[in-house]
Amino acid sequence: MTAASRSNLNPLSLHVPEPRFRPGDTVDYTDLAISEAGAQPRPDETCEAAETHPLCTDLIRVLDDAGKAQGPWDPKLDPETLRRMLRTMALTRAFDDRMYRGQRQGKTSFYMKCTGEEATSVASAFALADDDMVFPSYRQQGVLIARNYPLVEMINQIYSNRADKLKGRQLPIMYSSRDHSFFTISGNLATQYPQAVGWAMASAIKGDTRIAAAWVGEGSTAEGDFHSALTFAAVYNAPVVLNVVNNQWAISSFSGFAGAERTTFAARAVGYGIAGLRVDGNDPLAVHAAVQWAANRARANMGPTLIEHFTYRAEGHSTSDDPSQYRSAHEREEWPLGDPVMRLKNHLIALGEWSDDQHAAMDADLMEQVKAATKEAEKNGILGHGLHHPFHTMFEDVFEELPWHLDDQAEQAIRERRIKWPTWKEYEK
Amino acid sequence: MNMIEAINNALDIMLDRDPDVIIMGEDVGYFGGVFRATAGLQKKYGKTRVFDTPISECGIIGAAVGMGAYGLRPVPEIQFADYIYPGLDQLISEAARLRYRSAGEFIAPMTVRSPFGGGIFGGQTHSQSPEALFTHVAGLKTVIPSNPHDAKGLLIAAIEDNDPVIFFEPKRIYNGPFSGFYDKPVEPWSKHPDSVVPEGYYSIPLGKARIAREGAAMTVLAYGTMVHVVASVCEEKGVDAEIIDLRTLVPLDIDTIVASVEKTGKCMIVHEATRTSGFGAELSALVQEHCFYHLEAPIERVTGFDTPYPHSLEWAYFPGPVRIGEAMDRLLKDS
Repeated sequence: MTAASRSNLNPLSLHVPEPRFRPGDTVDYTDLAISEAGAQPRPDETCEAAETHPLCTDLIRVLDDAGKAQGPWDPKLDPETLRRMLRTMALTRAFDDRMYRGQRQGKTSFYMKCTGEEATSVASAFALADDDMVFPSYRQQGVLIARNYPLVEMINQIYSNRADKLKGRQLPIMYSSRDHSFFTISGNLATQYPQAVGWAMASAIKGDTRIAAAWVGEGSTAEGDFHSALTFAAVYNAPVVLNVVNNQWAISSFSGFAGAERTTFAARAVGYGIAGLRVDGNDPLAVHAAVQWAANRARANMGPTLIEHFTYRAEGHSTSDDPSQYRSAHEREEWPLGDPVMRLKNHLIALGEWSDDQHAAMDADLMEQVKAATKEAEKNGILGHGLHHPFHTMFEDVFEELPWHLDDQAEQAIRERRIKWPTWKEYEK
Repeated sequence: MNMIEAINNALDIMLDRDPDVIIMGEDVGYFGGVFRATAGLQKKYGKTRVFDTPISECGIIGAAVGMGAYGLRPVPEIQFADYIYPGLDQLISEAARLRYRSAGEFIAPMTVRSPFGGGIFGGQTHSQSPEALFTHVAGLKTVIPSNPHDAKGLLIAAIEDNDPVIFFEPKRIYNGPFSGFYDKPVEPWSKHPDSVVPEGYYSIPLGKARIAREGAAMTVLAYGTMVHVVASVCEEKGVDAEIIDLRTLVPLDIDTIVASVEKTGKCMIVHEATRTSGFGAELSALVQEHCFYHLEAPIERVTGFDTPYPHSLEWAYFPGPVRIGEAMDRLLKDS
């Protein structure tokens, strides 16, 4: 039957989501529902999952506009911990700024900043045990920094130089550190979610006490892996904290293309019957409290928690992206939940435990620290300047042992290299 | 012992020897798997060592990657190889590259077991042979046994291997070798010499082929069900072919292949999978590269057709005695 022969019916129409603001538009966030800090109830960590479900559409907030901590979610951290958290977030930002410039100077091919989202990784890391296995996506460098992974090692990886522990194979920022319980990053999105659940299941099978935590952007919640992971986490009551960083943008696609027009990302927990929390991702205390709640719940064998961190991607997706082409520049300026570093700074000042002068001194100190690490790493080479791992390593680690066909191919590659550079010797530094 | 019993026995031995071995998959727990390969294992080792999973191949394989990274040796079952595709990204982008991308910091020592191949009236969703897809991926090993003895030894080696292994079980020969003459009565494994499976632990190294039948007239490269089909055609036609049962496609035993082709001067490749870009294409190229001056005739490739597996016409699709026989005749004529 053709459409014409049924013409007395209403024609169907397709809905294609459109963000509210495009370049040049004036931004108006008045429709955004922002809950009052401190007004959200904090259920017991061992509660029924359903008790958390009202929190999936609410927004857990601790810090109010005056920088005071409010309500039952206040994690009541001591000033020393708060200062360390602030310093780690500021260091993450200083590192990002330096590496961004490094990319622009041609020292590496690519970089991704997490500006504005530092709380979602750093405050989370502070709430987890250092040996809990984290399955990060590509914007959780804050976790590695919080776990005191040497900045020089991070830069070696970004430069793919001869000291890069990953032998120059991975795209910059795709770190891996087993010693820091930081799982190797994949460029394929959401794949780390079922892996984190599997790791958590293994930990439970072995009667271990360590839990797993994973991060995914809101855009990749549309991947099948996200849903497979939630099914497995729910079915086996896996001890895992599943974080969704809703930074509003997946490159140029706004969160509506992952389903944000219909409900929140935290509300995905409702359908799976697991605990869910939606948290102000720019409020380091709220993030810490939520992740700590979920970690304690997992350790008490009460299963997984899905946490949506509601935040904003202040910078472009990566150094290859120009956000001014698809979103209003005012979005960042007008973002009503502020900046996580500034909010924590103001909180410490309000407590009488910090000052603008101390903050400025810290920033200067951190800048020097990053600069020194960069100089140190540059001694090992920058991308494309020849100081990389021995040539033969290209063929290693495909399998535990080198099979004949890779051995043959390695010989061919070395032959080709000798033709190009007759004086070249394998394992020459 | 039939092939299912041999696989069950291998799993039993490995669950017993290594507390880090776990089995998971759809229906593998209480019920023991739709082909009964895991029967009795949950009862013996408990629900946290052998358990059912949701119908989610992405979840099964993705979770296995995480378990492997933790330090377990998961042996996930994908109920039919045709269902492996939703888990493909976890296999080819994650499991296969974990060691490489982390420079050895994280590994995925997992063995994905899956029944494959046709000849059981499974239609186009229960009959496929996707092995070539996996051989194309750097970092995966592909193993295909052709009899109970090898199934046990190869499965044990696969589980002990520190790389991700795809272990395809030719389901047509689970219960007995298959002659390819589908209208003849099926022999049980008990009448076959390769059904003698030693008690207890033994392993067969990955990357070593087996000369299934010695001969001088030609070399036939085959694996899984097709080893038996080729053997029966040789008997039927009185062809003195040497049959190499590859056993593992990656890593491949090139030495055994080359030695045989150099001896016989002729090469035929048989697989059930579709023809275009099938593993036969790789084998053909390798034989040409390594044995060109020993070849007395063009390499023959006998495969399934480039169509999905048809339900009612599956024997027309199957590379059976007629197709194999014709290719043998062509090779024998060219001398």
